[in-house]
Amino acid sequence: MSDLAAPGSRLSAGSATRRGPSWWRDPWRKPRILASITWLYIAWSILPILIAIALSFNAGRSNTTFQTFGLRWWINDPADGGALLQDPVIRRAILQTYILSFTTMITAVPLGVLFAIGIDRWRGRPADGANFLMLLTFVMPEIIIGVAMLTVIQHLLSKIGVHLGTGAQLLGLITYQISYPVIIVRARLLSIGREYEEAGMDLGASPRQAVRSVLLPLLYPAILASLAIVFADTVDDFVTVRYLSGPASSQPLSLYVYTNTRAAATPAVNAAATFMMISTTLVIVLGYLAYKRFARGQEGADMQNFTQL
Amino acid sequence: MPEAPAATETPSRPEVPASGRRARKVARAEARKTSAWLPRWFWPSFTFPGLLWLLVMFILPFYAVVSVAFGSIDRFRNPLPVWQPWYWTTKYTGEVFQKFFGENAYLQPTFIRTLIYVGIASSILLVAGYAVAYYVARHAGKRKTLILVLLISPFWISYLMRMLAWVNLLESDGYVNRTLQLLHVTDQPIAWLQGKPITVILGLVYGYMPYMILPLFGFLDRIQPSLLEAGRDLGGSPTSTFVRVTLPLSKPAILAGLVIVSLPMFGDYYTQNLLSASPKTNMYGNLIDEAVGASGQGPQGAVLVLILMVMLLVPMMYYLRSTLRAQEGR
Repeated sequence: MSDLAAPGSRLSAGSATRRGPSWWRDPWRKPRILASITWLYIAWSILPILIAIALSFNAGRSNTTFQTFGLRWWINDPADGGALLQDPVIRRAILQTYILSFTTMITAVPLGVLFAIGIDRWRGRPADGANFLMLLTFVMPEIIIGVAMLTVIQHLLSKIGVHLGTGAQLLGLITYQISYPVIIVRARLLSIGREYEEAGMDLGASPRQAVRSVLLPLLYPAILASLAIVFADTVDDFVTVRYLSGPASSQPLSLYVYTNTRAAATPAVNAAATFMMISTTLVIVLGYLAYKRFARGQEGADMQNFTQL
Repeated sequence: MPEAPAATETPSRPEVPASGRRARKVARAEARKTSAWLPRWFWPSFTFPGLLWLLVMFILPFYAVVSVAFGSIDRFRNPLPVWQPWYWTTKYTGEVFQKFFGENAYLQPTFIRTLIYVGIASSILLVAGYAVAYYVARHAGKRKTLILVLLISPFWISYLMRMLAWVNLLESDGYVNRTLQLLHVTDQPIAWLQGKPITVILGLVYGYMPYMILPLFGFLDRIQPSLLEAGRDLGGSPTSTFVRVTLPLSKPAILAGLVIVSLPMFGDYYTQNLLSASPKTNMYGNLIDEAVGASGQGPQGAVLVLILMVMLLVPMMYYLRSTLRAQEGR
């Protein structure tokens, strides 16, 4: 904002004791260096992705050089049937991605929302301990969680019928994802306070009713944001999912991309990665629109608040 | 419903001053007073399903890792976990420590390399991330939302996609090499993807930059402009206002950002695998990944996981403590 006031109010521009050219001495100069660093960074972070997307529409076999436009690697590859929507392996992987993401979403989010409500209202040492445990899963590097889950499944849970594959992947993913809804919902609870549900109970609602019909509707925006974030993050997951994968059919799209990025890659890999990106972007945009709708009339319904999640 | 009469019996007493007590205890007492007429188990019952899940699916797996790390192996060198702590042995832990610090410490270079890579990458992340976050928080003006969306877009563009993009660009016939050849910087294509430390380090920077920028931005955005104006009014130049006001204020955010990016980098094996896949640039995460994949290395993998956890305990605790403090200072 300071650069808006620039022309009228140059305070120290005349002080000749300072070194440097005149534009450098102007305290209200536009931050050109910072601006160029920022825009260079943005270009550096976005351009490679745009090129990778473009390469998925390459009609040739190369994933380094764009030849001509074509949907060969998306729909129909006449040479060896390796297109995204044609290859049975990749189609199975897409299905697996959605099975894992959807199941994780509808399991981890309710668990996390209830956990957040409980932990926020219940005070005491056990509550602090539960909170600490949850935050620990949040900061732990994913490789540790993946290997630990793999170990317990190999040596213990396999004896009660949990084997590597979809079931194991879901156990790992849900454990890893619970903390997101907890953190998001808790941030919202902090701004709500307990007055609303207490008012509800004063008006004759039972505690359970007060939570269901007063507190829960207030949390809808946070819950929707959690659903979108957990879904998108699970689509992109390849660490937990890789350690806990079993038969070839339990390989989701992310693993297909991971294993094929360096090995004999065709633009089909780019198409698969682009497909993942479209899925997550779509879910995030839907989540944002729903968030905006439900957060109407409540404070902080703008893009910045959504991005701060 | 037993709670209704109890509510009428609790008269609203005048507040007792909180002097001499810790604010935290007062807050707890307050909470107990207002919700005294709810059944004791009411709020805990919400937490219970998630807590049970975390106890079974988070604590138990760690117990399994410890049991393998301090356990034994069978004739086929498969790990045999030992579940009873009184039978635990430190045989394999000792073996792995020998590989790091002993006579034939062939894992030591990887350990040191990881520290160097993470150190260099974190420094670049901090300097560049701070510049970007500072610009967006203070100077972006009406373009702020657009820039923010561009900055967080990598969050929902998979890490894999972002690494794949660089693999495409850096291949021997990729656009980077062709540009360099066009400009006559080099005659032969450079093998960027065959064990080049710079590729791995820049890959890490590229991958983790959003995680550095966002916490810094969130913090810098909340600094009161009046503080900076005060600095100026007291005769400070823009530079000295920055050095003496903004920078000291943002110390906790800097530490938080460094912890957020370095924790996953210590466990990162995929950046190396995708951008180099050469033992010359192996990182600590790769040791774990290889041990898990190889037969007969079960205990070694478990010990490596435990060492990593112990190493990361200090930064993790720092981060958890500051998060818990922020939650309490509501």
